Amino acid sequence: MKIVVCVKHVPDAQGDRRFAGDGTVDRAGVDGLLSELDEYAVEEALKLSEANDGSTVTVVTVGPDGASDAVRKSLQMGADAGVHVVDDALHGSDAFATSLVLAKAIATLEYDVVITGMASTDAGMSVVPALVADRLGLPQVTFAGSLSIEGDGPGAKVVIERDGDAFTEVVEAALPALVSVTDQINEPRYPSFKGIMAAKKKPVTTLSLADLGVSADEVGLGAAWTSVAGVTQRPPRAAGTVVTDEGDGGAKLVEFLAGAKLV
Amino acid sequence: MAQVLVLVDHVDGAVRKTTSELLTLAARLGEPAAVFVGNGYENAAGALAEFGATAVYTVDASVNDYLVLAKAEALAAVVEAAGGASALAAVLIPSSAEGKEVAARLALKLDSGLITDAIDVRAGEGGGVATTQAAFAGGFAVDATVTKGLPVVTVKPNAVEPQPVAGGSVPEATAVAVELSDLAKAVRVVERKAKAKSGRPDLTEAAIVVSGGRGTNGDFSKVEAFADSLGAAVGASRAAVDSGWYPHSNQVGQTGKQVSPQLYVACGISGAIQHRAGMQTSKTIVAINKDPEAPIFELADFGVVGDLFAVLPQATDEVTKRKG
Repeated sequence: MKIVVCVKHVPDAQGDRRFAGDGTVDRAGVDGLLSELDEYAVEEALKLSEANDGSTVTVVTVGPDGASDAVRKSLQMGADAGVHVVDDALHGSDAFATSLVLAKAIATLEYDVVITGMASTDAGMSVVPALVADRLGLPQVTFAGSLSIEGDGPGAKVVIERDGDAFTEVVEAALPALVSVTDQINEPRYPSFKGIMAAKKKPVTTLSLADLGVSADEVGLGAAWTSVAGVTQRPPRAAGTVVTDEGDGGAKLVEFLAGAKLV
Repeated sequence: MAQVLVLVDHVDGAVRKTTSELLTLAARLGEPAAVFVGNGYENAAGALAEFGATAVYTVDASVNDYLVLAKAEALAAVVEAAGGASALAAVLIPSSAEGKEVAARLALKLDSGLITDAIDVRAGEGGGVATTQAAFAGGFAVDATVTKGLPVVTVKPNAVEPQPVAGGSVPEATAVAVELSDLAKAVRVVERKAKAKSGRPDLTEAAIVVSGGRGTNGDFSKVEAFADSLGAAVGASRAAVDSGWYPHSNQVGQTGKQVSPQLYVACGISGAIQHRAGMQTSKTIVAINKDPEAPIFELADFGVVGDLFAVLPQATDEVTKRKG
């Protein structure tokens, strides 16, 4: 089975995330890493690959030079090959442009299933999987809490379970398809020492927009269909009153709520 | 005035509060027009008129047999029926996981800009639509405008206080026929199991949320009792959900629900960034934690350092007493 996984390099949520002067996410001055939610996609791809002999897992990312870290981490976990689309013109791309470039890059590969995480941990719009499916003309099967492939050859289908607010649903679609997975689906592995060493020899293809036949004016900040008018850092919440429970903590809490007219 | 399409969020015609919020916001931009997909319009009509819908488009329930793309195609058909993208002012959609995907695919079809997770929507200074979103775990507010096509905006719950409109009359519904593509039908829902209802308010809509974390040690009874005394929804931290103590659909945080209630009570929750991303924009935050160093106290308007199993029962009794 040919499996493609989309991954993103994001600023570390534990760090001091901020915006650059042009309203884009500051990616240069902040430590980055493989988006935590993409680890679940890589793990699920590796599990599928291990269950089906002769499978390959290829990870694809779009981002500046540093984004190769996200590819490398995926290879260390066990993916077989990487594709990194890097081009200065991509700076400031919105979800539409990103999905266009991802789709063009995926189209250079063979695939039975494309797997993504449920959202990025920086912008967090959660729409790129749906847009990539749209651009590739694939059935979109998103927010999988479990995933299985049934049958093989032309009749093969993907079956997922997803956990909604009012319902749990079982959803299926014929392959090839795009699946996004949640953080409930598995427990991502840590790269082993052997995996880290092996990753150094795995192939990573670097592509430019020209390689993909995408023109620079279709992507980047100038091509975005929305415009940021301003970014305001919220003042940190003022520290409130903290009391230590001496047998009256519950009563004091309700006194506070009553004072704020919340009960 | 141009129409603003509002996708109605409902279960068999029981309209959720987010819909009245979206209709209220729509009135800032133009004439609110409700898009009702599914069965039960007769039950919804009154509520839609009460919050200012001046037109209604209905779409057959068969669309709900399929997922995202079918709904995007249905909305695109409604846009056509309403005179095309250039005749409309905006499309507002509830910011659920599916709502965002539907919005994205609709925007792509219409060559139009998309804003997700808006916490405010208003008319732009030079026309068009202006929005505010929260970014980076609520640490930033981002103001943006849509610069291309028909603005498609998904809006988070509690973005505005719903305003009933006096004298609103039930508009006549226009039925819109939708021809679904083969690709839309290629994704099938083969089983749909309704979940047991808790009887508590919906987490994202509730005015008060009481959440439990690792400090509950798996026993949510005191958290639930306090929530019930306040008429609140119950949430859980990722640690509690990952331990199997509470359902994932109740998780508050980056990978769960993002809530912004009037009051958020965090019980036995340390306040990791993952959790803060889901509750930092709450109006008032109260925390109970044994550890005086827990980062949650940096956000709390009021904190109690203590054992939630002692503090919560006392607080529950106190609330019950006051409510008499």
